[in-house]
Amino acid sequence: MILQALAFYVFAAVTMASGAMVVVSRNPVYSVLFLILAFFNAAGLFVLIGAEFVAMILVIVYVGAVAVLFLFVVMMLDINITKLKEGFLEYLPVGALVAIVLALEIMFGLGVFGSTPGTVMTLGQHGAKVAAVENTRAIGQVLYTQYFYLFQVAGAVLLVAMIGAIVLTLRSRPGVRRQKVGEQLYRSKADAISVVKVTTRGGV
Amino acid sequence: MWTIGLGHYLFVSAVLFTFGVFGIFVNRKNVIVILMCVELMLLAVNINLVAFSVFQGNVVGQIFAMLVLTVAAAEAAIGLAILVVYFRNRGTIEVEDISAMKG
Repeated sequence: MILQALAFYVFAAVTMASGAMVVVSRNPVYSVLFLILAFFNAAGLFVLIGAEFVAMILVIVYVGAVAVLFLFVVMMLDINITKLKEGFLEYLPVGALVAIVLALEIMFGLGVFGSTPGTVMTLGQHGAKVAAVENTRAIGQVLYTQYFYLFQVAGAVLLVAMIGAIVLTLRSRPGVRRQKVGEQLYRSKADAISVVKVTTRGGV
Repeated sequence: MWTIGLGHYLFVSAVLFTFGVFGIFVNRKNVIVILMCVELMLLAVNINLVAFSVFQGNVVGQIFAMLVLTVAAAEAAIGLAILVVYFRNRGTIEVEDISAMKG
């Protein structure tokens, strides 16, 4: 139990610290790398609590796809890093104010200041039940039966996002010589070469 | 202290969400960092969903967390595509310069 708690504290501390570093880091590339660290440690938190499937999906989807996408875009855009942080101190007071107010509100909502029955914190008093089937099987049993249409809609969302991203970024640049396979294959001898009768010392 | 309950997970989630909101307010120069902060907030939401799901013994929360993940991936793809197109047209991604649709 103590080992589990220690692992939780390590994962939680690294998650929160890297979350902070995403915001305050000067270079956007470092921000992306700290975001990846935060995702990995959040996956560790999920594994600790017994939600392995979501943890693995988090690693595959976020670290494998989304974070790499961010990394590509950050490195592809040629942006001036020194100019990026100029307004940081200017907007720090209002940002800190909003953040503190939001944190206090969340703590009120959680019932940190005097927990009364019926608040969120009392829900967790039962403790984690030991599942009868393993996590992945339990998710599959519900996801492909009861929530099958939801699953299909998720696929449709991804398809629309993919088409949208392609349509947005595709452009036809003039002056680029591309290979036209159809036209190249349909060339015939008649319109490709011509036999010219060359007279002696006359030239073509 | 040595028994990890729902409150611990909710605290981590609340801190992450607050950092995300703070980052959106503070970063006025870089849209990419704002998108990353949105991802951070969605991660906090996912931690909440999974924690409640496990501590109540109901697997539906994890399914909803996966749907949030899907939407987050789609949002990142579309957002970054818009960003690339914007940078191609205007040559900048500063938040203060993005005012072309101002009424």
